[in-house]
Amino acid sequence: MSEPWMPKPLQSFQGAVMVARHAPVGMITLRGDLDAAEMAAAVKGAVGLAMPAQRRIRSGKRGAVAWMSPDELLLFMDHDRAPVAVDRLDKALAGGHHLAVDVSDARALFTLAGHGVREVIAKGSPADMAPDALPVGEFRRSRIGQVAAAWWLSDAQTLHLVCFRSVGDYMFDWLCVAAARDGLPGFLAV
Amino acid sequence: MSTRHPALGRLIDRSAPLEFTFNGARLRGFAGDTLASALLANGQMLLGRSYKYHRPRGPVAAGPEEPNALVGLGTGAGFEPNQRATTTELFAGLTASSQNHWPSLEFDIGAVNQALTAFFPAGFYYKTFMFPRAAWEKLFEPVIRRAAGLGRPPRQSDPDDYEHFHIHVDVLVVGGGVSGLTAALAAGSTGARVLLIEQTAHWGGRAPVDDAEIDGQPAEGWISAALKELAQMENVTLRTRMMGAGVYDHGYALAYERLTDHAPDMPGPRHRLWRIRAGRIINAAGAIERPLPFAGNDIPGVMLAGAVRDYLLNWGVSIGDRTVIVTNNDDAYRTAIALHDAGLIVPAIIDARTDADSPLIAAARERGIRVERGRAIARVDGGKRVRGVTLCLHAGEGAPLGHIPCDAVAMSGGWSPVVHLWSHCGGKLRWDAEQALFRPDPARPPLGADGSGFVISAGTANGHLDTASALDDAFDAGRRAALELGHKDKGKGGKAPTAAPEEHAPVQPVWMMPQGAGAHLQEKAFLDYQNDVKVSDVRLAAQEGYESVEHTKRYTTLGMASDQGKLSNINGLAVLADSLGREIPQVGTTTFRPPWQPISFGAIAGMNRGPLFQPLRKTPIHDWLAENGAHWEPVGGWRRPYCLRRAGESVEQAVTREILNTRRNVGLLDASTLGKIIVKGRDAARFMDMLYTNMMSTLKVGRCRYGLMCNENGFLFDDGVVVRLSDDTFLCHTTSGGADHVHAWMEEWLQTEWWDWQVFVANVTEQFGQIAVVGPNARKLLADMGTDLDLSAEALPFMGWAEGNIAGIPARIYRISFSGELSFEVAMPASRALEFWRAALEAGKSHGVQPYGTEALHVMRAEKGFIMVGDETDGTVIPQDLNLGWAVSRKKPDFLGKRGMERPHMQSDDRKQLVGLLTENPDDVLPTGAHAVEGGRRENGMENMIGHVTSSYFSPTLGHSIAMALIRGGNRRMGDTLTFPLEGGRVIRARVVEPVFYDKEGERQNV
Repeated sequence: MSEPWMPKPLQSFQGAVMVARHAPVGMITLRGDLDAAEMAAAVKGAVGLAMPAQRRIRSGKRGAVAWMSPDELLLFMDHDRAPVAVDRLDKALAGGHHLAVDVSDARALFTLAGHGVREVIAKGSPADMAPDALPVGEFRRSRIGQVAAAWWLSDAQTLHLVCFRSVGDYMFDWLCVAAARDGLPGFLAV
Repeated sequence: MSTRHPALGRLIDRSAPLEFTFNGARLRGFAGDTLASALLANGQMLLGRSYKYHRPRGPVAAGPEEPNALVGLGTGAGFEPNQRATTTELFAGLTASSQNHWPSLEFDIGAVNQALTAFFPAGFYYKTFMFPRAAWEKLFEPVIRRAAGLGRPPRQSDPDDYEHFHIHVDVLVVGGGVSGLTAALAAGSTGARVLLIEQTAHWGGRAPVDDAEIDGQPAEGWISAALKELAQMENVTLRTRMMGAGVYDHGYALAYERLTDHAPDMPGPRHRLWRIRAGRIINAAGAIERPLPFAGNDIPGVMLAGAVRDYLLNWGVSIGDRTVIVTNNDDAYRTAIALHDAGLIVPAIIDARTDADSPLIAAARERGIRVERGRAIARVDGGKRVRGVTLCLHAGEGAPLGHIPCDAVAMSGGWSPVVHLWSHCGGKLRWDAEQALFRPDPARPPLGADGSGFVISAGTANGHLDTASALDDAFDAGRRAALELGHKDKGKGGKAPTAAPEEHAPVQPVWMMPQGAGAHLQEKAFLDYQNDVKVSDVRLAAQEGYESVEHTKRYTTLGMASDQGKLSNINGLAVLADSLGREIPQVGTTTFRPPWQPISFGAIAGMNRGPLFQPLRKTPIHDWLAENGAHWEPVGGWRRPYCLRRAGESVEQAVTREILNTRRNVGLLDASTLGKIIVKGRDAARFMDMLYTNMMSTLKVGRCRYGLMCNENGFLFDDGVVVRLSDDTFLCHTTSGGADHVHAWMEEWLQTEWWDWQVFVANVTEQFGQIAVVGPNARKLLADMGTDLDLSAEALPFMGWAEGNIAGIPARIYRISFSGELSFEVAMPASRALEFWRAALEAGKSHGVQPYGTEALHVMRAEKGFIMVGDETDGTVIPQDLNLGWAVSRKKPDFLGKRGMERPHMQSDDRKQLVGLLTENPDDVLPTGAHAVEGGRRENGMENMIGHVTSSYFSPTLGHSIAMALIRGGNRRMGDTLTFPLEGGRVIRARVVEPVFYDKEGERQNV
């Protein structure tokens, strides 16, 4: 269900879909020139992955890298590795204009699984959750309920979601209510 | 008596009887009934009382336009007032009660208002109760509020679940009649993503009851074929019980889905509010029949002709044995024919037209129905039920020409397209004089982001009242919507369904019947049934000078009831136009605003209730604080502990204890909410110099500096300690509530003005827990936690910082103080903050450690004269006002706010300036916000105010009250005594002093 680099769930709920909250995962905000070869090399060094295309996420064994904006990436990895990875990124990108910061503890990570994951999110997000608008591997930054969040699908029925840690409890509660049994509108195809 | 017809009723299932109650009486209906049809089938015509005169009211319509049949539904927590019986599907066990009567529906004391009609003219409330004011508040309003008003609000919290659902579609089609089905077929055939919604539980709209023939077969057959075809299109979704509620900018629409209203035991949410982003919205909402204004047109048993037909054919309910038809158009003849064919009696069709002839009229005559041309109803006879009608010439003044006994009247004043969804977002209307209706003007649609129209009206809703042209129009609309969005005609759409062209005699506009009716008839001719607005009221408003339809609406309350004038608006504005001697299009309509029909508060709130009402931001220490007596206060989306109460302690006692302990021993504060923003890059120092009023580029690595941020006008909006982490990296601390704003402020400048500067910013507020260790024993406590850091004053001086490990936790330690005490703020990864907190409490046991809350923080900073953004600032305060001129650089060529501060008014000595206050009685604590007065009274009688208290506390440290205030020319007033008048005539006097009350030399933080 979860990606190889994702830590085990801390809490979970089974409704119309399964909702799980993970233990903290390593996350790094990386800003800089995404077209630069040094950047691609640094990302490769950090998570072993090539640069993602616009609005996409790449995920592998060691972690993942998501396109956040024209000058920003979000790297995912094991929680313990993040501080060291920041140092390495700083070294690799030294001399160029960049910013690498550890935001592991500023985030909460969730996984939703089941055929209704798109509809659960669509209860609270204005983003288009239709499969053609959000294909597997597309990384979406928007809002859910009343808070900012980002998410992607790793397969047709598995959705991962990141929000700020301070509202992690709100997000879990929100997802559980949205995922209540008998509550799926049945509009979006899987 | 209204009753169940033995045979008819296409929507009811006679094999499925359902029991329900009305005002406690057990009644029986069938599956498929609406509450209105079931009540009528049981002979229950009287359903409530009108708003103002408490006149008896029964249903006048069969759908959402119904103004009268409002009831209370359910009991206890599930009770809901003002529910429309005509749109309520019957279910077993439904409990309904009538409203707005006292003591009973049959006998109502409020009906005496009716006898006083002459004393309740238009604008009555405005005229009578404006003066004297006290009489309005104490006498009139309470009495009127008791007597007026419809349903009572529910008393308990709503037990049901509600939710929102966001979707994006190419084409949203609103209305599941034959036009909507046709539009959906046309749009769907191109492959466009189509959502077709219908507010009732049934497809096909009025076509079956209007006896339409489509593609050579009866409407019902065509409808099921169309539904089958649509069901096979994967790109088309059909939903019933879902109403198009509103249309908003850029193709945004709200639809209101009622999932369990018809089956309350079904699991899942009760209502779902669909928030739809559509490329094109097709309004295929049909049309509404207009009543005819004649005297007594509100007596129960007078009903719209189309509704009489609906009740008969859809639900097998006959409204009366003898129904007189009164009309100005052909459509009502369908009702006459339907009634006649059902074996009921139609004593006469009273047609205002003198020379109308058409196949429909001929069909009625062929059945032997008496048609009275050029005639009108002079008045309806009856009280709680129609007993008969008195005829007159329509062209005359109402002289009686005979009486026809009857128990029902079916009226038709013509049909008005439902233009609401077209108009919500600015679509314009044109007056179609030939058909006597307002219809969408296709040249002036509501415009979307691309400048093209995004709503298309289709079929009857577009003014095409006959089936053949409605189908043509709807097909074009559906096709056009898809093609405009770039979808291609795949040739699968075929062509528009066909219907035989209908031949109609033209409608004759009738806005008062008879045409020359005098005041005594106008006073009984109702326009707005729910709000009791009559033809005479609109005429009076016109006489009194009301020319605008919007003003007349508000003056008379025409169309302001919960039905929003669906039946009354066109008639009302036509009467106004006539009174003013203007043409109808010159008067125009009132504004159409969403929602089309009321939607539940639950649906609007969705999931945002209870724990999800508002997101609560939590620090890593939150749960510990909650378990340890936190008395919470909201701070910028967070909860912070005001204080931590111990058993038996009051809030005040806890605050005092926390302050004294921190000053004497050591305190711990969860400061994790403080904003933390990283600023990095080659131009970071230059950027910081622009953001802050003071010089930040000279800050050395390893040091901290307090800084101020102003907006372009020079007004202070945030403050905090800036840390230089490296040559090209700063960490900016912001206020707890200001972090997101400051971050956005930085990004805005970087993205819009200084886009070529090499600076990146990142908000890392939540990455860190931040814990302040404060008090004389702070250093000892940290040392006992175990650290590799040298915390001595020499190694880590005031305003210095260092990185290392404390209690095995990686930490950055800032020697900064907001209390005046020796103080270290320690930042650590948020995931380890609780571990740090517990370790500090453990190590601090022997040093007297106690956690403290925000109130102790506030008192201690006030004792030191430190300002608080939001207390001492209010958006009009510049740093100099707060004696913070030292933090405003004179050397820098520019910074945000510099030019603002140079305006003459900002340089004035007479601005309000921050001072300290000591009350004459040291135990008196000034209320925050108290005004100092001086120099007598102003022209308006108020005392002249010279400033106000911004912060005020009792200082347990000093044993007396302390306050800060912004006082005009405060710096010149040291030693003066100011006067603060309070509520109840009490006056506190206080002496102006320096705002630093404690440890003026600042020695305590330097130990």
